[in-house]
Amino acid sequence: MIEAPIVEVKGLGVSLGDKPVLEGYSLAVDKGAVLAILGSNGVGKTTLLNCIVGLRRPDAGAAACAGRIGYVPQLFHATFAFSVLDIVLMGRARHLGLFSAPHRADYAVAERMLELMQVGHLRERPFNALSGGQRQLVMIAQALASECEVLILDEPCSALDYKNQAIVISTLRKLNREMGLTIVFTTHAPQHGLEIASHVLLMQDGRRYRHGPVGEVLTAENLSTLYDVPIARAEFAPGGSFTFAPAYSQ
Amino acid sequence: MRAAVALSVSAFGGARRRGWPVIAALTVLLVFSVIYSVTLGRYGVSMTHAWLILWSHVVPVADPTWTAVDANVVEAIRLPRILAALLVGAGLAISGAALQGLFRNPLVDPGIIGVTAGAGFGGTLAILLVGGGTLVMGAAFGFGIGSLLVVRLLASVKGRTSTLTFVLAGVIVSAFFEAAISIVKLLADPHQKLPAITYWLMGSIAATGYDDLALLALAILPPSLLIFLLRYQINILSLGEEKARALGSPIERVQWMIYAAVACISAGIVATSGIVGWVGLVIPHVARALVGPDHARLLPVAALLGAVYLLLVDDIARTATVAELPIGIITALIGVPVFALILRRVQSKSGWAHD
Repeated sequence: MIEAPIVEVKGLGVSLGDKPVLEGYSLAVDKGAVLAILGSNGVGKTTLLNCIVGLRRPDAGAAACAGRIGYVPQLFHATFAFSVLDIVLMGRARHLGLFSAPHRADYAVAERMLELMQVGHLRERPFNALSGGQRQLVMIAQALASECEVLILDEPCSALDYKNQAIVISTLRKLNREMGLTIVFTTHAPQHGLEIASHVLLMQDGRRYRHGPVGEVLTAENLSTLYDVPIARAEFAPGGSFTFAPAYSQ
Repeated sequence: MRAAVALSVSAFGGARRRGWPVIAALTVLLVFSVIYSVTLGRYGVSMTHAWLILWSHVVPVADPTWTAVDANVVEAIRLPRILAALLVGAGLAISGAALQGLFRNPLVDPGIIGVTAGAGFGGTLAILLVGGGTLVMGAAFGFGIGSLLVVRLLASVKGRTSTLTFVLAGVIVSAFFEAAISIVKLLADPHQKLPAITYWLMGSIAATGYDDLALLALAILPPSLLIFLLRYQINILSLGEEKARALGSPIERVQWMIYAAVACISAGIVATSGIVGWVGLVIPHVARALVGPDHARLLPVAALLGAVYLLLVDDIARTATVAELPIGIITALIGVPVFALILRRVQSKSGWAHD
């Protein structure tokens, strides 16, 4: 039996004022898949995510998600000095009544997710005092505390150094492999797609896009077209793992 | 006062977790402030008598050592005014704390949603047209609630309201009603009505009797309870509208429940006590410095602090000079420098810059 896709985007159209941002985007993400979204700055990656999350109403078509969504926005900053535990605890929002505060069971879930993300030792620290990498892990813990089935992340590695990128990427891999979480994330590093994605969406512009399995779509040729910069495939060892790197002109 | 200011600045943004010791300490402070305030005034009542007269309502005393005049001064004249000060202070502080959380902006005051100015206009108009009495209260309260509806109408675009458009709508409505107040003042008879309007607007709880007190309690206590019940939703909303929506919080419902509660409190306060500014802006800061940003602790601590603060302000209002000082002037005199300190602190930390 073929299961229905957990995320489905059909003929999506979004306009900003009179200016169309996205037109006729259609794609589906199966349960347990990992979709990496690549595209230039301003092409509408965040807009697409916002439609899937439900933060933005599409002007045409539909974006639907059949499972509970955990959303990790780009570079989150808390206005007030909440502790890490407070922040993760707020992931329980949809499980709380309008007038209730988190119960012991909610605290237990939050603590468990902090441990899972290996940031349990930070629980009493003010969230805003953490490094970018730590914040990203805490925000993932918050999403997990909401018991989400689909994890949606907007550039989870954008402001991180290599070490922290590796931590976040391997965490996402673990969540997908061990917990069967469906993951959708945007990135500027094709390497992240190669590392963990099963599928890729290359957003050329508001209308043109390529969507498919990593092996077929994530090629040097497609990436060169996407970024309008010559991009070459580089193998770490002959026939072994590889990456893509730009070959800037002089 | 200086101690409180220093505290709010030094402990800014500290995320301390214990709320109960602070709440207990503030409750003790509140009780002592009430007893002390009862003794203040031209007719002398000793601390012991003040305590015994109040306590005799809990445990009846067989043969009182105080005179009937003592009891009358305490119960009929000073106590309602003291209770009104507590209610007004608590109401202003809790609404300020809730709105600051909702707008993610620590420089917000309950006046920002336009209700205070609307209620002020209703009251001045009633003074101009009829002179005084319950109609002033009714008009102030009615116009206050009405201005929230106008703000809502202005701010809703396609059924959704962002906090930014809401604040802007509030500013517009405030500006309109402030202009309207000026017109009413211009039309008022400069010998009788104009001083009455001006004095009323400056805020006073001097004439509070038990009837007014009951109305004030009705306007302040149920909405405050509603705000407290929404404490955790305010926490979630203080992460930002988008984040809260993505987390599955029913943000529109929560926002409008809080706006309605704050409108009820603000309109009730203006109706009975005139415009008392700065309390709702300054007190939540001190509370946040004491117990951190979690509204489950912040709201009750802000309410207690606001109550004690406004009681002490009212003590100054009625004893500093022979004539009564309007409390709105004193809260502004204290609040403005504190606000300036907070502003400098925010700038130097830039921890509150919006993302």
